[in-house]
Amino acid sequence: MAKKRVVTTKINGRPVEFLCEPRQTLLEVLRENLDMIGTKEGCSNGNCGACTILIDGKAVDSCLVLAVEAEGMNIETIEGVASADGLHPLQQAFLEEAALQCGICTPGLIMSAKALLAQNPDPTEEEIRFALAGNLCRCTGYDKIVRAVQSAAKMGCASAAK
Amino acid sequence: MKDFEYEAPVSLATAIEQIAAGNGSVKVLAGGTDLIDHIRTGRLTPSLVVDVKKIPELNVLEINSDGLRLGASVSCASVYGNEDICRDYSALSDSCHIIGGIQIQNRASVGGNLCNSGPAADSIPSLIALDATCVIAGPQGTREIAAEDFCTAPGKNVLESGELLVELVMPARPAKSGSHYLRFIPRNEMDIAVVGVGASVMLDETGETIQSARIGIGAAAPTPLFAKEASELLTGLPANEESFAKAAAAAQEIVTPIDDMRGTVEFRTHVTGVLTKRALHVAVERARKS
Ligand SMILES: Cc1cc2nc3c(=O)[nH]c(=O)nc-3n(C[C@H](O)[C@H](O)[C@H](O)COP(=O)(O)OP(=O)(O)OC[C@H]3O[C@@H](n4cnc5c(N)ncnc54)[C@H](O)[C@@H]3O)c2cc1C
Ligand code: FES
Ligand code: FES
Repeated sequence: MAKKRVVTTKINGRPVEFLCEPRQTLLEVLRENLDMIGTKEGCSNGNCGACTILIDGKAVDSCLVLAVEAEGMNIETIEGVASADGLHPLQQAFLEEAALQCGICTPGLIMSAKALLAQNPDPTEEEIRFALAGNLCRCTGYDKIVRAVQSAAKMGCASAAK
Repeated sequence: MKDFEYEAPVSLATAIEQIAAGNGSVKVLAGGTDLIDHIRTGRLTPSLVVDVKKIPELNVLEINSDGLRLGASVSCASVYGNEDICRDYSALSDSCHIIGGIQIQNRASVGGNLCNSGPAADSIPSLIALDATCVIAGPQGTREIAAEDFCTAPGKNVLESGELLVELVMPARPAKSGSHYLRFIPRNEMDIAVVGVGASVMLDETGETIQSARIGIGAAAPTPLFAKEASELLTGLPANEESFAKAAAAAQEIVTPIDDMRGTVEFRTHVTGVLTKRALHVAVERARKS
């Protein structure tokens, strides 16, 4: 078996060192080695976006990243989105707009939306739909999700996202 | 996933050594959007994965009077994030915009798209239209090959064991040139091309006559095609719909598509013609504005 590697990263602002095998995806290591189960596994092949996290500010599917690749990277997951003061505007908006049912897709959608708003604080509906095209939701319907992102943008989510 | 070793060399020389030493059971990793799934499902069982994203030569993104140099592991998002590429090599940025969603585009590279060598790979018709040369390195040194000669069969290409793709080089785009890529898919996003066409044109200074054109076609044969006759017949013709229709008819002559759930042979042949006309139309519009 391939030797385990020590990987040094930053996760949600805190330095984290973990041990992993080269064959483990970052999704697997987050959920199974680090007990961070907020990031969800849907398809494990890059189609559903449930496993979306941010690496150096960019949305990626963590099921398509090897954990060993994360050396030196800055990782953000759903666990780091709320602050001590309460929910993030995106999380608040998803609740208020009823933009979730089973919730499996929600962490990924929030991470994708967070990356979008950090880059583009006032997106059009079309820009939101494009940015979320890699996130599938099988229960809620996308209109409510898009409305939630629009409402978070209005709440000034961009400043909160920084 | 099945067990494998992992290396992330920071020099091209080391990468070549590691790849060559692996005797064919090595796989190169760029964005991993094809490779990691292939390993997970057991279609590929490498004993070593060599991550090439830390090699400076594969991260080059340079655009100047000589043309464009695009390192093999540069991500699709970096391609369309570059204003010069969007302006002068629009077909390529069009392709990068439609490969998967944002999460995929942030990782997937054009080099990986080419090396995966799928018949429907969205960047390859654009590389062909933009006359890209593939720079390949291996234990025997460096060699070059035209983009249209890179793929040899579905999932197969000219890379010999021990070789890797270093960069894609595209010639400079003079004034009055433009390009476009578009595909037909049953959905708006996140699907595999039924047919994809990339076209580039250079016009005379009046913007009315075509000086040269190149057309690349994807998903209509076992490998992406360079539509040579369709491209060459456009030389000297007026840049209008009638000329585009002639090229479209010639393009339809060379396709050998398959029948599958995404489309029949007849439909794919028809769509090849329609997309060729549309790709040329937009390429000409862009050329006139350039
Ligand atoms: C959800 C989803 C949607 C997708 N949508 C599209 C789409 O719309 N259109 C499309 O064309 N593709 C699509 N793809 C496929 C894929 O994203 C692209 O083919 C991508 O460009 C591959 O690039 P990569 O950097 O991720 O390659 P990797 O997965 O890292 O590598 C792909 C292959 O090329 C080899 N390779 C990579 N770099 C080199 C190199 N420098 N030298 C030699 N060999 C190399 C690898 O060994 C591997 O065999 C999609 C994939 C997913 C998961
Ligand atoms: S679990 Fe990663 S995209 Fe579906
Ligand atoms: S809420 Fe169930 S998948 Fe989106």
